[in-house]
Amino acid sequence: MMDELRELYQEVILDHGKNPRNFRHPDDANREAKGENPMCGDRFMVYLKLKDGVVEDVAFQGRGCAISTASASMMTEVVKGKTEAEAKALFETFHDLCTKDDHEHGDHGPVDEDAMERLMVLSGVRQFPVRVKCATLAWHAMNAAIEGEDKASSE
Amino acid sequence: MDTQIALPTSAPTFDVERVRADFPILSRSVHERKGKPGKPLVYLDSAASAQKPRQVIDAMTRFLEEDYSNIHRGVHFLSQTATDQFEEARRKVARFLNAPSERNIVFTRSATEAVNLVAHSYGRTFLSEGDEIIVSVMEHHANIVPWQLLQMDKGIRIRVVPVDEHGVLDLNAYEDLLSDRTKLVAMTHCSNVLGTVTPAKIIARMAHERGVPVLFDGSQAAVHGVVDVQDIDADFYIMTGHKLYGPTGTGVLYGKYDLLKKMPPYQGGGDMIESVSFEGTTFKAPPARFEAGTPAITEVIGLGVALDYMESLGREAIAAHEHDLLQYATQQLSQIDGLRVYGTAPGKGPIISFTLEGVHPHDLGTIVDQYGVAVRVGRHCAEPLMERFGVGATARASFALYNTRAEADALVESVIAVKEFFGA
Repeated sequence: MMDELRELYQEVILDHGKNPRNFRHPDDANREAKGENPMCGDRFMVYLKLKDGVVEDVAFQGRGCAISTASASMMTEVVKGKTEAEAKALFETFHDLCTKDDHEHGDHGPVDEDAMERLMVLSGVRQFPVRVKCATLAWHAMNAAIEGEDKASSE
Repeated sequence: MDTQIALPTSAPTFDVERVRADFPILSRSVHERKGKPGKPLVYLDSAASAQKPRQVIDAMTRFLEEDYSNIHRGVHFLSQTATDQFEEARRKVARFLNAPSERNIVFTRSATEAVNLVAHSYGRTFLSEGDEIIVSVMEHHANIVPWQLLQMDKGIRIRVVPVDEHGVLDLNAYEDLLSDRTKLVAMTHCSNVLGTVTPAKIIARMAHERGVPVLFDGSQAAVHGVVDVQDIDADFYIMTGHKLYGPTGTGVLYGKYDLLKKMPPYQGGGDMIESVSFEGTTFKAPPARFEAGTPAITEVIGLGVALDYMESLGREAIAAHEHDLLQYATQQLSQIDGLRVYGTAPGKGPIISFTLEGVHPHDLGTIVDQYGVAVRVGRHCAEPLMERFGVGATARASFALYNTRAEADALVESVIAVKEFFGA
């Protein structure tokens, strides 16, 4: 198997893709947004429980490829417990990670370095431009939910 | 069997290696990396768009270098030369479809535009609130959305003929849907996802018994067999040049002349008028009436050469070759555990849509691509059909006149690699 593929589909990703964490619809969610990629038909609902500006719970449901499912799953793990501002900073920083070379990354405010370290496994999508939308789909939905919108498209 | 796509009756004499030599792009590799050779291209996405033979590329280059000019409007030498070649292409298309005359052939920019032309011109003139159009559940979005726009405008109703689990059109349901309210049937002649070839002649006859005209979307069907619009008795027949080994920017609308004649213009502009004044403008007769503006001159001429190319190989021989590939690839793929093929209608075209259990088609597409294998993944512009089969997306391998059994093997090997990779 080619190196680039191993880079894209690391064990962590295959694991999260097969066994996504927080794959549920919390009863007490008070925000939700749909993320849809019209090109491939991937569709996620992201649910948030926001209280006093903090993401107390975050979960998702839907169907997607290994990359989009793994990214959604990891997103729920790192965003939980963050303030709205921290969650948005993670979104922006993660977006840079997937789309830009290291030296082009912007400053999006204080960001959880440990979380970014874990998310590094998804940076392989940079070599596969058409898959960037997969990696960022649930993140767009999470960001939309925080902003009070009900849908996001990764197109 | 009532199929307008003639299947082979005798062993073909088809030298695929010689054919491949005509397509420069097929000799390239993909994914070359520093110091590492790439993988030979295995192009199995011709249902999305076919590659072009050198004959077409050369003819277009030659035309641009030697004969190019605008058409239908100059008295000068080049304009006459270019017009002659453009109109010769129209005659070639007419022969290709066995149309009664080149007057039946309207050039558009795509098959999509051809459907929109009929929806806009015929639809807005002859359909009104409460009228119904019958389509099938396996239409490409290009044969759905133009009718939905008409629906928004005119309050018509769209009725949908289902397919069975093999992807065979339900003719009984079709018969039940035909009524006094039916004003048009718009149906694919070959599904771009399932490969199903619809019984065009029967569909047309059943509609005609009620005086209803029929439009066929032949975007896929015209590529894989011999289409005879007079035998089918199609009222409108649509195809697209870029899938016929010709250039992009070339769509074809065949129409019965009495229908075309009573249809108003679709777009206004140059080349479609007899005289223009601010008191009133009169329009040319079809097909010019529907060809406003400077057309894709070079590309239409290229399309004519592409059709010549197909004729030179023999369309029945092409169909036989593709049918062999379809059977071989289906057989080989079916041996992979967890692989499901969507569309198993008898006499289908060389299109295989499939899923692999436990692997999303998008991941499959990325991985087989690393092996040089180009397939389409996704919804194939046929979302209602995806819903029908309860699947979010599929992978689709489509075979063309230049594909080989070895390429089918490469597909199978790459899919097996996907399976191993995901432990599926």
